[in-house]
Amino acid sequence: MNLHKLTLKEAIKKLKSKEISHKELYTDVENEIQKKNAELNIYLSLDKEAVSKAEKLLDTPLAGVPIAVKDNFLTKELPTTASSKVLEGFMTPYESTVTERLQKAGGVVIGKTNMDAWAHGSSTETSDFGATKNPRNPKHLPGGSSGGSAAAVAADVCIGALGSETAGSIRQPSSWCGVVGLKPTYGRVPRTGVVAMGSSLDCPGPIGKTVEDTAIVFNAIAGHDKYDSTSADIAPPDLVKNIDKPIKGMKIGMCYLDHPKLKNTKVDEAIQNAGKLFKSLGCSVTHIPLSPQLKNNTILTPDYAISVYTVVQRGEVSSNLARYDGIRFGHDRSFFGAEAKRRIMLGTFTLSKGYADKYYIKAQQVRSLYIANFHQLFQTFDVLISPTSPGFAQELGASEKSPMFGELEDMLLEPSSIAGLPGINVPCYHDTKTNLYLGMNIISDQWQEEKIIRVAHSFEQQTIKE
Amino acid sequence: MDLKQYEPIIGMEIHVELATVSKMFCGCKNDPFFAEKPNIHTCPVCLGYPGGLPVANKKAIEWTIKLGFALGCDISELSKFDRKHYFYPDLAKGYQISQYDMPFCKNGKLKTSKGIVRINRVHLEEDTGKLLHQTVEGKKKTLIDFNRSGVPLIEIVTEPDIHSGDQAKEFLKHLHQIIQYLDISSADMEKGSMRLEPNISVRKISKGKDDGIRLLPPYKVEVKNINSFNFVKKAIDFEIERQIEIIEKGEIPSQETRGYNEDKGITFSQRAKEGAVDYRYFPEPDIPPIRLTKKTITELKQTLPELPTDKKNRFIKEYGLADPEAIQIIETRARADYFESCIALCESESKYKAITPKKIANTIINKKVDGTTSSPHDLLEKISIQSESSNVNPEDVAHAISSVLHNQEKAVNDYKNGKVTVVMYLVGQVKRELQGKGDAKAIEEELKRRMNGK
Repeated sequence: MNLHKLTLKEAIKKLKSKEISHKELYTDVENEIQKKNAELNIYLSLDKEAVSKAEKLLDTPLAGVPIAVKDNFLTKELPTTASSKVLEGFMTPYESTVTERLQKAGGVVIGKTNMDAWAHGSSTETSDFGATKNPRNPKHLPGGSSGGSAAAVAADVCIGALGSETAGSIRQPSSWCGVVGLKPTYGRVPRTGVVAMGSSLDCPGPIGKTVEDTAIVFNAIAGHDKYDSTSADIAPPDLVKNIDKPIKGMKIGMCYLDHPKLKNTKVDEAIQNAGKLFKSLGCSVTHIPLSPQLKNNTILTPDYAISVYTVVQRGEVSSNLARYDGIRFGHDRSFFGAEAKRRIMLGTFTLSKGYADKYYIKAQQVRSLYIANFHQLFQTFDVLISPTSPGFAQELGASEKSPMFGELEDMLLEPSSIAGLPGINVPCYHDTKTNLYLGMNIISDQWQEEKIIRVAHSFEQQTIKE
Repeated sequence: MDLKQYEPIIGMEIHVELATVSKMFCGCKNDPFFAEKPNIHTCPVCLGYPGGLPVANKKAIEWTIKLGFALGCDISELSKFDRKHYFYPDLAKGYQISQYDMPFCKNGKLKTSKGIVRINRVHLEEDTGKLLHQTVEGKKKTLIDFNRSGVPLIEIVTEPDIHSGDQAKEFLKHLHQIIQYLDISSADMEKGSMRLEPNISVRKISKGKDDGIRLLPPYKVEVKNINSFNFVKKAIDFEIERQIEIIEKGEIPSQETRGYNEDKGITFSQRAKEGAVDYRYFPEPDIPPIRLTKKTITELKQTLPELPTDKKNRFIKEYGLADPEAIQIIETRARADYFESCIALCESESKYKAITPKKIANTIINKKVDGTTSSPHDLLEKISIQSESSNVNPEDVAHAISSVLHNQEKAVNDYKNGKVTVVMYLVGQVKRELQGKGDAKAIEEELKRRMNGK
């Protein structure tokens, strides 16, 4: 019946109207998993009881739809490994706030998805359990670190998914897999029970087949959590409610297209076309020039953000991984993979005496420049658009050639991530020859997810029509 | 070896576990000493499980600030927590949440009779778990109890303003008293809820005039895990002598951490400090910086109880106590409160009107009343009976004394031959003649006067 191809919104509607049964839906999804998982290596674990759980959830907002969850969310009923052998087989005594909320809203965790080990990477190749392949073209990478979740959505082996992002880990794999990924404002979605990577940046968020699908899941998981001191005590907006509201009159800024890496590329063209489309919808679209310095009405080059992000994130990683000593749970330190070891060493170095001022503190100072830059721009603009990734999904093995692979692939997302801003990836170009996608990143000021959802939704509606 | 040529330079680090209901960063019960079993007051946060996040205990922050006020500190309107990294099996997260460059309280002072001791800072952090070395099924094992992991811990750091073991002891006793007055910790040293670490070094006093530059010695010795004020004094005294001996030989004592052996009264080397330990401090990203408004700080200040020194001065002024009496009465807050309850009772009940505060104070001191066992009413009742009993006709007393001196010829002779303790026997005899009445002290004096006189 091809029910696995349903969007989240459609699946909920069909389940509620009893047009389809949970059994039918789950049978199709599970068949698809059977067909594809061995090749694509998307799921690390699966819940065999998922359908029986789903059947009891018809009267909930999500009606019992199957959701794929990145393996760094702690789940009581399935192992949580963060794709590291250190945590192989680890069963947690408690549930992450996000998956708890998801299940309360009627989502069923159908399985846990592969990721870069400890979320260290943008390829899913650093997973200790093997790389995931891009369902659109299995010779290519799915991106990462939420590569398993993005691939699960693209391969229709779930109806929706959860990922997490530190700087690009939701949006970049969504871009490479041709799906929608929403990274909320830092502090909007609680981190409680998510294996920490860069604590001052980590942000859980949904990956879906459509913009509206991500909005539906966002509504289920967003909001203050008293167990996370960095979660904001601000009521989250209902992202579905105004999703169809016209975006006419919105002020849109186009960024980074004059960066040497992007000039005259396919992705430059795709974003220029998107700009034209927004103009036709009644928005004002302005190109914002790139600047090496903080200057009004320019966008600070993303080049520094690579260093800032690398230093801050490695420092926090070296600290956050210190607890994995094998004494209370998990295996000992010899089980860490090469990438984790590299990051622990670099982070330990940048935080060490005499170097902390030079690196970590300096990075935080530059971080505040980016915050100031965005603050100024959002006085004028409602949203900023740019490419999500400099290009198409790279081929398998690409990440192994460069230890800074992820940082370079995510460079366009790092400035807004280190500023804690929300962003969404929406597919903006499809190459029919390779079956690969390019994505557009739409960002707004803090707590303005509603704006980016409306802009992304309008764009999606227009491009589907075309 | 001329000790006067040397000046000991001593700073203290004191850790105090706060007696809040719950732990510092999670909701677990803060009760490490009375837990029935190891690892029962634990959760993902204090066990350092993946995804566990700290939420700071508001009460613990307030109590830290109260202690800061009591020590005359500046209270920071903006503070933050930091991560301090080191590896030890009892440290669940691989880092301790502590405070690095923005503690809650800075720049305080506490007086001692030998000078002011400046307080560098008072900050808040979390305690670690505890290692237990045991034999399990015939094998030596190290077990970890995390009941104490995450218990709120205050660290008080002084400037190196202490110059003797005695001064250190006086300082610590005063600090201990303040903590008990604030009622923020059991401050029980036996159990380790108050831990004392002196840093000791010795500098040679130059013969010439003080050149104004007081350089610190190029080393310091830290003595760890001492659990009584007396032992701190003894350890310091021992160290001063040991270090001077080394300096006399023309050497510099090594920078190290030492332990204290209570039985032998000596310190012993535990580990050498090769350069500074690098804790890789950085701001705790899981807890946003803490901003306190002036209003909150002022309100907290208003909740401070009367502190020992203020209470002492008031007792001297208001009740006419002598300084040593006042010191003993205010030793604990319970005792001081008891004293004032007695005075209040005197004022409200006419039959006790004649009892003076001084009399109450002396009775409390002599009878070692701690203020927790007997009621103020009991004490006043006792005092009235006593004073009635001392209301005996002086002529009767004189008569009884004469009679005893006359009848107890042997005892009187013994006394005169130097066995002076026999006087107490004679006091007893006089009291017997007076049917228990009379003031024993006055009788003793009179007996002595008459026996010495003849």
